[in-house]
Amino acid sequence: MKALKNIHDTFIPLPEENIDTDQIIPARFLKATTRDGFGKNLFRDWRYYNNSEAQPKKDFILNKPEYKGSILVAGKNFGCGSSREHAAWSLLDYGFNVVVSSFFADIFKNNALNNGVLPVQVSEAFLQKIFSLENGATLSIDVENQTITIDATEEKEKFAINSYKKNCLMNGFDDIDYLVSIKDDIINFEKTFA
Amino acid sequence: MSKTLFEKIWEKHLVKSIPDGPDIIYIDKHFIHEVTSPQAFAGIEKRGLPLFRPEKTVATADHNVPTINQDLPIVEELSRLQVQKLVDNCKRHGVELYGLGHPFQGIVHVIGPELGITQPGMTIVCGDSHTSTHGAFGSIAFGIGTSEVEMVFATQCIMQNRPKVMRINVDGKLNRGVVSKDIILYIISKISASGATGYFVEYAGSAIRALSMEARMTICNMSIEMGARGGMIAPDETTFEYMKNRLFAPKENAWDEAMIEWKKLFSDEDAVFDREINIKAEDIEPMITYGTNPGLGITINESVPTIESIDDEGERKNLIKALEYMGLKAGQRLKGMPVQNIFIGSCTNSRIEDFRLIASVIKGKKKSENVKVMIVPGSQQVAKQIVAEGLDKVFNEAGFQIRQAGCSACLGMNEDKVPAGEYCISTSNRNFEGRQGPGARTLLASPLTAAASAITGVVTDIREFLN
Repeated sequence: MKALKNIHDTFIPLPEENIDTDQIIPARFLKATTRDGFGKNLFRDWRYYNNSEAQPKKDFILNKPEYKGSILVAGKNFGCGSSREHAAWSLLDYGFNVVVSSFFADIFKNNALNNGVLPVQVSEAFLQKIFSLENGATLSIDVENQTITIDATEEKEKFAINSYKKNCLMNGFDDIDYLVSIKDDIINFEKTFA
Repeated sequence: MSKTLFEKIWEKHLVKSIPDGPDIIYIDKHFIHEVTSPQAFAGIEKRGLPLFRPEKTVATADHNVPTINQDLPIVEELSRLQVQKLVDNCKRHGVELYGLGHPFQGIVHVIGPELGITQPGMTIVCGDSHTSTHGAFGSIAFGIGTSEVEMVFATQCIMQNRPKVMRINVDGKLNRGVVSKDIILYIISKISASGATGYFVEYAGSAIRALSMEARMTICNMSIEMGARGGMIAPDETTFEYMKNRLFAPKENAWDEAMIEWKKLFSDEDAVFDREINIKAEDIEPMITYGTNPGLGITINESVPTIESIDDEGERKNLIKALEYMGLKAGQRLKGMPVQNIFIGSCTNSRIEDFRLIASVIKGKKKSENVKVMIVPGSQQVAKQIVAEGLDKVFNEAGFQIRQAGCSACLGMNEDKVPAGEYCISTSNRNFEGRQGPGARTLLASPLTAAASAITGVVTDIREFLN
């Protein structure tokens, strides 16, 4: 996992609520047996007509070349539905390191963090402020201090992340490394467990 | 100190707590399938780690398998490779596999309970969000991502933040024509598709107690559709009766010992829940969804909400977008609307009781000429039972097509898809855009509503149908 500390970048706004993981990556693209290459199918059916890359939906934000950035900003309840980690892989593979929303579904949040994609949960008011910014505006995310800032106005909000996960994210550690390191505790637990 | 059922099981499985971090929870049973496991197997291999406790993992192939000609090689190449990968991985790591052709094969959340692998008091995970189904037995069961599958492979443990606990009490007597699918669709329509995010839900109350195990599974199954981490129901005589003599259930002395433990599995009388919701069973009517998330549901006689009736601007926007996708008008009624497809299957409603129920109401009738009806049993065992009870004759006479076991048109990973623009009354769990195939329009409902509508060819009130 790649370490993630400070992000300063433009963002791509997707002001839809309840974006489920079937939209992020439709089920028919889950047949790969590796973690790579899912980015081209990110939001597949919102991006193309008739599942054809030759027929892009020009109004969809990812098809507008003037919108760029490694931060995706989306409406509340982002990532609901299926537990498919392919959703996090496709965002990462496409080039997103951060998703900002006013509410995340639980399983998606875990999956994102386990892949070094930072879910930044902000208030609905702050989210709407971001949506009202003009294209080209930048956001700054400071993982250590747990803040997100609208650079143009210096408006800032704190976001939650527990200190364990923060440490993992900033250093590129993952949960499996940690769990393997406490294997003796697990074996001892098994002995006492009925 | 008094505790909730959730707390009792969680604390028993707590290996360690990290200060200002997650808990480390020991997992009793791990189910895997072909879609979310290959990268996890590759992960432990890359790290040079063995599968720590292979005997605690059980595998099946369900998500992308075809539901016809399962004895032949899978035609679609990527699906075939993915299923083969599961076979190879299970063999290499010593995991029991109930793959294609095995008499126990089926949807992972159908086979676990029917084989008695799922038991009260267990912690159960699977790389599938509908793992909450197993909570019907009074276990903590929830869906996980592939990195977490890898954690369980490597250490039989998982790291999770402890969720809050919610209790939903459904008391009273259900109306005629109302089944457990209607209860859960009603609950989700009341609290929204994100109303239980951050919570683990316990379902309680006299109407829940009166349900069979299979009906309870339908309710727990859809907990994730309101955002809940999982759902559970305290085990009782109904549970124990169901468990008895199941293949992998404890036997003789082990059964008696298990019963002592299982009978301790309930929320103490004065246990405190972070949130509690009370519902009157009498208020619930047959339900149907009209939108693109499971929270957008109405009773069968209600009209789709009007735009003006929604106060919240975001929700108003959602409604407009959902109706546009669904090809529906605000304020219109669904009852009487023609449909082209009926899908009776999925981990929500594909168990033998579902098929008995629909056979009992359609016996001797024929499907409408305008609809395609697909019946997909949840497992090989269910398929066998359908034949043993002669239900297949009822379905064949009605013109319902009986397929082989798998997830099928619930998520359209195989060739079972709903054509773009067509409506499908589906007994599955999600009505997301494109869920049943690109452009497919899903109306979620109970097996009774689906079966009655198959006969009439239009969205039908089961109560009128029964008259």
